[in-house]
Amino acid sequence: MTTTTTATGTDEVVLEASRVTLRFGGLTSLSEVSLRMRRGEVLAVIGPNGAGKTSLFNSLTGFYHPQEGRVTLRDESGATHELIGRKPHSVNRLGVARTFQNIRLFGALTALENVKVAAETRERSGPLGIALGLPHTRRADRASGERAEQLLEFVGLAARRYERAGSLSYGDQRRLEIARALATGPRVLLLDEPAAGTNPTEKLELTALIRRINRELGVGVLLIEHDMRLVMSVADRVAVLNFGRVIAEGTPAEIQRDPAVVEAYLGAEAAQPDPEEVER
Amino acid sequence: MSAVIEQRTERPAKAVSAVVVAGLRRERWYRQPRLRRLGALLAAGLLLAVMTGEQGNGKDLLYSLRGTLASGRLWVCLGLGVVAWVLAETGAPLRAAAVRLLAPVTAPIARGGELAVRRRGVRVTAALVGLALAVFVPLALSRATNQVLVDWVGIYILLALGLNVVIGWAGLLDLGFVAFFAIGGYSAAFWTGHLPVKPPFELNPFLVIPVAMATCLIAGVLLGGPTLRLRGDYLAIVTLGFHEIIYLVAKNSDGLTNGSLGVFGIPHFSVGLGPVQYRWKLDPLDYWWLLLGLIVLAVLVLRRLEHSKVGRTWAAIREDEVAAAAHGVDTVKYKLMAFAIGASTSGAAGVVYASKVGFINPENFPLLYSVLVLAYVIFGGMGSIPGVLLGAGLLAWLPHALKDVVDQKDRFMYMGALLVVMMIYRPQGLLPARRRRRGEPTPARSSVQTGDAQ
Repeated sequence: MTTTTTATGTDEVVLEASRVTLRFGGLTSLSEVSLRMRRGEVLAVIGPNGAGKTSLFNSLTGFYHPQEGRVTLRDESGATHELIGRKPHSVNRLGVARTFQNIRLFGALTALENVKVAAETRERSGPLGIALGLPHTRRADRASGERAEQLLEFVGLAARRYERAGSLSYGDQRRLEIARALATGPRVLLLDEPAAGTNPTEKLELTALIRRINRELGVGVLLIEHDMRLVMSVADRVAVLNFGRVIAEGTPAEIQRDPAVVEAYLGAEAAQPDPEEVER
Repeated sequence: MSAVIEQRTERPAKAVSAVVVAGLRRERWYRQPRLRRLGALLAAGLLLAVMTGEQGNGKDLLYSLRGTLASGRLWVCLGLGVVAWVLAETGAPLRAAAVRLLAPVTAPIARGGELAVRRRGVRVTAALVGLALAVFVPLALSRATNQVLVDWVGIYILLALGLNVVIGWAGLLDLGFVAFFAIGGYSAAFWTGHLPVKPPFELNPFLVIPVAMATCLIAGVLLGGPTLRLRGDYLAIVTLGFHEIIYLVAKNSDGLTNGSLGVFGIPHFSVGLGPVQYRWKLDPLDYWWLLLGLIVLAVLVLRRLEHSKVGRTWAAIREDEVAAAAHGVDTVKYKLMAFAIGASTSGAAGVVYASKVGFINPENFPLLYSVLVLAYVIFGGMGSIPGVLLGAGLLAWLPHALKDVVDQKDRFMYMGALLVVMMIYRPQGLLPARRRRRGEPTPARSSVQTGDAQ
């Protein structure tokens, strides 16, 4: 795997985790996890419950601080940044956005305001400028409003923009979380089980949405998902995590044939037509 | 044959057990909702009788209670309870008829009101009418009334506006808010040269306002910096401690603040710009208008903040701090900002108060006032500026309005009763904010739960 590509190319490595080890007291949650993701790809992380998938996400986004290893992000200019040790907001500012397994929207704000808050974190207007009503704060306000509208349009929630986020349906809330994450202008988007609790139609829409995020917006997508059909249809590569270790990595077809994976994870489901049912 | 016999013997046994079970399941007569409501209303009647009864007496502890129980007033109050109960239980058709009769009158008003509130022009007109009333009505009131208007209503509205930023918008429970009010007051004393410590140069109280606001801003940042990482209850305790520190420093450091003797002779506001010469004196009206100007200014600035990036970000932090941080919000910075803005509003109020009264001592800033301001904000509707104006105005006014109606010593008891009733029936406040969930408190998400337990 070579990393000598141009900064704008889709082959460029944007996020790289090398030998990341995370411990909680005596419990090792992640052990020497290495992952490399390119900008133009959708990388899925699968694994049984408790394998460390969400711990990996939390380590990549500044919520957990792994004891060993490095996580580096390459920005537009090609410079690399170490992410471990940074706070969540500063990781996000570098270009890593995420959604949450258990939806965490700003329930009392409208859908539009949810996205706008995220877009506005990139504005420079401060309280004094706002209190005085300086023109540049008004311009910034309008710009982020428009951006939020566009993103709601992109995920198909434009008609619900003035509804309170807390009163949206489950599938809409999942999509709103994605729009909100995109509003921070990320290079990498981390989706934590975006299909959990959605119905088959919504899953199809979600598959299409993930592809569009990757192809149209040029955002690398790192995906945790239990729905194998969705993973196999949307992911370019799949990494399998078990007991905090990466036990296999490759294209969906390779993963499905890998004996270690079949034993650890897919085995139980190979006999089952619908893996979703097993999860419940 | 034998089967038939068995059935026959079984049936009465079953019937008996069914009766027993039904008897056990039947609610006790006093548990019936209807009778429970009667009980509650009678208790309320008894309470009312005791509250409106004779004052207690130190030598004879049960004097007041005995008087109440022996008087006819008790029966009147209990009778009121029974009447209320009868009306509640049997009045449904009556109420429906009344609603139907009044519908042609009330429905258009309700609908019109609903629509009107959404219209910007109507809101602006309402605000201007309210302002005009606030400016001109005190001219017709007595001097004593105006004193109350300044010392209580005006000052507390300003304090409540500041606290609303902290608790209503950013969702930080601050129980030591009056500490900043004290810092404002002592700043006025310091910069006008009335503390044992002398300032490098003396300032007019007008100029002290921005200086005191800056001082409170810095104090807010100093307190908030190390403590705003804490959440909810823990932060509340820290702010409590902060209030106690400020209070005790003011009380004990004789060389700095003159201790519990307090500071005398803080000058009134004055303007001396060429032809415009004016001195605020003892007339409360002057101070009322000054406070009104400050309140209007504060409302204009805070409204802008509320509907801006800053206000939305505060709401996001209040709703879900973890999610806000994950989307690039520097949560500590924004919480500090809320804290500092609230503190500086309070500081401005402190300067006006010190200059108006001319005399302050540590007993002017007890912890109780922090709690009162908090109650005013919650009563009016956390996070809603019109709500806070109305809530603080009404509640700060209430004890003085009751002065001539009820016994002097009982005034605050009625306020307490009002707060209890209000929190039970309308916890969201008089004019609740749009951005808060109706009736339910914001979820206290206190831990970093970002996924499955591992």
